[in-house]
Amino acid sequence: MSGPILAIENLSVTFTGGAKPVRAVNGVDLHVDRGETVALLGESGSGKSVTLRSILRLHDAKKTRIDGRILVDDVDVVSLQGQALSDFRGKHVSMIFQEPMLALDPVYTVGQQIIEAIRRHELVSAKEAHGRALALFERVRIPSPERRLEAYPHEMSGGMRQRAMIALALSCSPRILLADEPTTALDATVQVQILLLLRELQQDLGLSMIFVTHDIGVGVEVADRIAVMYAGRIVEIGPVRDVIRAPRHPYTVALLSTRANGGRLTGRRLPVISGNPPNLAELPPGCAFAPRCSKAIDICRVSAPQSQALSAQHSAACHRATE
Amino acid sequence: MMTSPAASTVPALLEVDDLVKHFPIKAGLFGKPSAVVKAVDGVTFQVAAGETLGIVGESGCGKSTTARLLMHLITPTSGALRYMGAPVGTMAMPLKAFRRQVQMVFQDSYASLNPRLTIEDSIAFGPKVHGVSTSDSIGRARRLLDRVGLDPIRFAGRYPHELSGGQRQRVNIARALALEPSVLILDEAVSALDKSVEAQVLNLLLDLKDEFGLTYLFISHDLEVVRFMSSRVLVMYLGKVAEVGPTESLYNSSAHPYTTALLGSMLSMDPDHRRTAAPLAGDPPNPINPPSGCRFHTRCDFSAALCSTREPGLTAVTALHSAACHMADPASGHPGKSSATAAKRVVST
Repeated sequence: MSGPILAIENLSVTFTGGAKPVRAVNGVDLHVDRGETVALLGESGSGKSVTLRSILRLHDAKKTRIDGRILVDDVDVVSLQGQALSDFRGKHVSMIFQEPMLALDPVYTVGQQIIEAIRRHELVSAKEAHGRALALFERVRIPSPERRLEAYPHEMSGGMRQRAMIALALSCSPRILLADEPTTALDATVQVQILLLLRELQQDLGLSMIFVTHDIGVGVEVADRIAVMYAGRIVEIGPVRDVIRAPRHPYTVALLSTRANGGRLTGRRLPVISGNPPNLAELPPGCAFAPRCSKAIDICRVSAPQSQALSAQHSAACHRATE
Repeated sequence: MMTSPAASTVPALLEVDDLVKHFPIKAGLFGKPSAVVKAVDGVTFQVAAGETLGIVGESGCGKSTTARLLMHLITPTSGALRYMGAPVGTMAMPLKAFRRQVQMVFQDSYASLNPRLTIEDSIAFGPKVHGVSTSDSIGRARRLLDRVGLDPIRFAGRYPHELSGGQRQRVNIARALALEPSVLILDEAVSALDKSVEAQVLNLLLDLKDEFGLTYLFISHDLEVVRFMSSRVLVMYLGKVAEVGPTESLYNSSAHPYTTALLGSMLSMDPDHRRTAAPLAGDPPNPINPPSGCRFHTRCDFSAALCSTREPGLTAVTALHSAACHMADPASGHPGKSSATAAKRVVST
């Protein structure tokens, strides 16, 4: 068993429900190794969450066209149907969301939901499933876990709900955990707790994790590699240190410099990326970032750049990346 | 650049005195209040003309309620608010006149615009209500649109849903400025924006402040952004002021353990020095039943016996910097940071 646990090959996702097709993801290649955490970093509309949700096929099949392949342990998720898809979800790959209040069912206790998930995938008694739920609650450090299993989601605080959702996601011992901005809605002091918990669980359980975030700081805190997305493409990918300290794509460079770095810049103006992210229904030919890019040259406006290797693990999709 | 309210004898532009807001929770058959949410519980501060006062704190700390109380969008349970020395809501400073002077920008750029009005009409609406003629109001709206970076020829006739989040927030800023106010309350005004757009709006706010001589109340949960924007920062915890002081003094030498923990929760941005321990365990307590004494004592590493019984008042650490912590007051009888209480700390994620 070697090679990546997850391989996404030339993934494109187009939403066809509206007046114009929206090309949310345009040719993403990504692999995740066993026990590795990759952060998908991008702004709203960059395709990071769409990519993530495609791995579990959470998009409405009638209004979505998925091209390319998503291989999880050599099984192509894109071709899974019906029962096989239900068996796959939660068992091999599971997901945690930004808003646990929407992800948890408000009319069942959290314990009931975890027990149901376990018994959906495994032949175990209710008592045994309850014991496992309790162990999971202890694992994610929910205080007085026995009592908390009987709680409804609305009876828990935000941080506690997020822990409960992590317990639910881990209930069937998946190998891959997908995290969609799980700390964005949390307060700063709670965010750190959840990030540290996820990092610890990932290491202890040997999970592979894809962590979608818009916050570079979160990516740095949890990830081994960072993939920066823009307009449905990965524009730069590499080990955290390389991407943070030696970014090569102009978008990554700009994104890092727009952060209000506190006291260092007080009183001055922040460097900005001019303009707005592109409309995904009307993507420009060539590089999607070219209209906002200070380094754009003629070729950028006509042909889309291919990913160029900068080192063994670091690459950027920019015509001028190797200059 | 920063005018200090303590050092000057001129009354502060805005004075908030022991502001309290309790929300009763109705329950039972006859709707009798069964409990009270103490959202804001005795908050006092001043805002000097020309400064930017940042207000930070976690959800439920009362920062947004404070903003709404300042605008009189909700009525305070008790407490006083003075604008240039005149009590707001009296003959000396009627509410309508006050609202001309103090305007607000909210987090949700879409919910705060009328979807049936063009953005030009939205911006012109305020001046019209305050007696400016229609043509003058429209002229003012167009000038402001231009000023916030939206070409009036292209944008004036558009509806809110035709704009991006960043553009809508520019419209909201223009609308807030249409009454030519002196104070702008920015309640998480950039929190919903992407980082690249956030930087544009922050720069715009700084430019407008210089140009119109504005005073800002900048409310945010983002400590980086608050540090960048503010000359002074006020930290709130469960309806109380925990600490207030000049930005760099507060960020570099915080006197309240909560401020220290909050700053310690900022992400490292350094792959070689990732966070290894969370400064605080658990979530903030429920403001319905806040802890006795110092409200932070349940999560504090240094809490001593007196912290659970006696509430600390704001004590000056330096001339402009004060903290509501017994440790900041040598006379309080708190054994101090070196005491054995620190040893009980359990590192928990």
